[in-house]
Amino acid sequence: MKMYWSYLRILFKSIAQYRLSFWLLAVGQSLTPLTGFAGIYFMFERFGQLRDWQFYEVALCFAVVHLSYTLCEAFARGFDTFSTLVVNGGFDRLLVRPRSTLVQVLGSRFEFARVGRISFSLILLFWAIGNLDIAWTAAKVVTLLLMIVSGMAIVAGIYIVTASLCFWTVEGLEIANIFTDGGREMAQYPLNIYGKWVKVFFTYVIPYGCVNYLPLLYILDRTQGSGWLYMLTPLVGVVFLLPCLLIWRFGVKHYCSTGS
Amino acid sequence: MITLNGISKSFKVAKRSAGLRQAAKALFVREHTIVEALRDITFSIGKGEIVGYIGPNGAGKSTSIKVMSGILVPDRGSCEIMGYTPWKERTAYVKQIGVVFGQRSQLWWDVPVIDSFELLRDIYKIPTQVYRANVDLLTETLDLASLLPTPVRQLSLGQRMRCEIAASLLHDPQVLFLDEPTIGLDAVSKIAVRHFIQTINKEKGITVVLTTHDMNDIEALANRILMIGHGRLLYDGSLGELRRRFGAQKTITVEYREHSLPVRVEGAELLSWTAERAMFTVDTSRCKVADAIAQLSEQLELVDVAVEATPIDEIIVQLYKEHSL
Repeated sequence: MKMYWSYLRILFKSIAQYRLSFWLLAVGQSLTPLTGFAGIYFMFERFGQLRDWQFYEVALCFAVVHLSYTLCEAFARGFDTFSTLVVNGGFDRLLVRPRSTLVQVLGSRFEFARVGRISFSLILLFWAIGNLDIAWTAAKVVTLLLMIVSGMAIVAGIYIVTASLCFWTVEGLEIANIFTDGGREMAQYPLNIYGKWVKVFFTYVIPYGCVNYLPLLYILDRTQGSGWLYMLTPLVGVVFLLPCLLIWRFGVKHYCSTGS
Repeated sequence: MITLNGISKSFKVAKRSAGLRQAAKALFVREHTIVEALRDITFSIGKGEIVGYIGPNGAGKSTSIKVMSGILVPDRGSCEIMGYTPWKERTAYVKQIGVVFGQRSQLWWDVPVIDSFELLRDIYKIPTQVYRANVDLLTETLDLASLLPTPVRQLSLGQRMRCEIAASLLHDPQVLFLDEPTIGLDAVSKIAVRHFIQTINKEKGITVVLTTHDMNDIEALANRILMIGHGRLLYDGSLGELRRRFGAQKTITVEYREHSLPVRVEGAELLSWTAERAMFTVDTSRCKVADAIAQLSEQLELVDVAVEATPIDEIIVQLYKEHSL
């Protein structure tokens, strides 16, 4: 942990060398989710509601998804851009250092410029909460935090799997964006507005639904029966991460025995 | 210290052929060729040795270094370094070694060198006192004082290489692997780097394995040469022995008062001739250098005599030729 902190410090110092570029990126990047959100806003302006979902409920959903996604992009950037590390041989360097490859890759990049998007998502989150009439309990706050953390775990898991594929090939990995960017675009609306196969895929295969839609029902008091189950569904996201880490370990082993 | 026994390693390389049709075909069926990078490499290196690892490009030098530093797992054979098998106990093992890839940096590009050193301190968990002492020592011997506060991207190649080597020694490794440490350096930096490698070898007893194409590195540093070609170990021995095998020829250059006719020397071959200067090669197994000079002084009024050994580069070329590399 101390070492990860040292990594962050040195990366921050690097960024500080390019001040203007940093601010431009930070501001520019925060505009991307803004346009996405504007789309939702104007849609509700026109149609009033989506299925039985109100504007601020969808806004909350949107904010949570974007927050966990951007946080993950910032922290797990090393995995997102892992192919460069393999291509330029930087991974060899990591292997001759006495720390786990996972921590070192995490520490190799941190996208500070995401601070723009993160703050946009936070503002949106609090704005949506402020306009919703939710009876907050400790359990609901925990659920909300779990949603964010588990969402990060899922995106990180996909990044790690994609990065692991780099050990075999560094070509054609764009396909993973279907699951990260695509998944995010899906998950920013409540899952029940989609068709059945979409629901099944994003609940059981890549469990965005479990960390977003289901616990959201609990927070908004839309659940039937026991709330506990809904509250704890975000943990599925953490479970999702485990096989991803196994794939990573397998990939590292494979790299060691093929090299270059 | 380092023992390799029957290490073999082969890579599967996808065949790429020219032509659009071939490229289209390659989308579906890939033909592979097996490249045997290392074949049955066996040697051992004792503590405190400096070993030069040489061979033409693509001979397997870097692959050997990667196997020894635990980056690659060989197909067959065993390797034991300080009691570890490099690719098995990676984290415990790499604490004991330093690795410098001459063509790749291990420093963080945009920040001052000292920041990289501090991060390495945390990565290797170097105790503060040890770290201080090492930084002081390295700063002094490598003359880094003015470089430490400079961002790496502003350093010249020679300056950077000094910092790279320092960075790989912060954690007191017992073995240092240097993959082409002098590549692209100017003469002054080369000498500084060589001198430093000698110093740490002598003072700290660090075992050094270095690959290089610069035979002067070998001449200045290595008391032992390992030559590899086509993945096989072709020569293992001292530079002196190599000299005796291939360097039996000496070149004698003589200058003299004007003399109109070429002279003949028994056992020596005339290379060039002017009225005031001549060059001979002498095969020392057939004729002693002293005899050749004696013969020359009988016929000429000598002004100056110079005797040189065959340059190490030429010996290596002969060695490569012998193994048809």
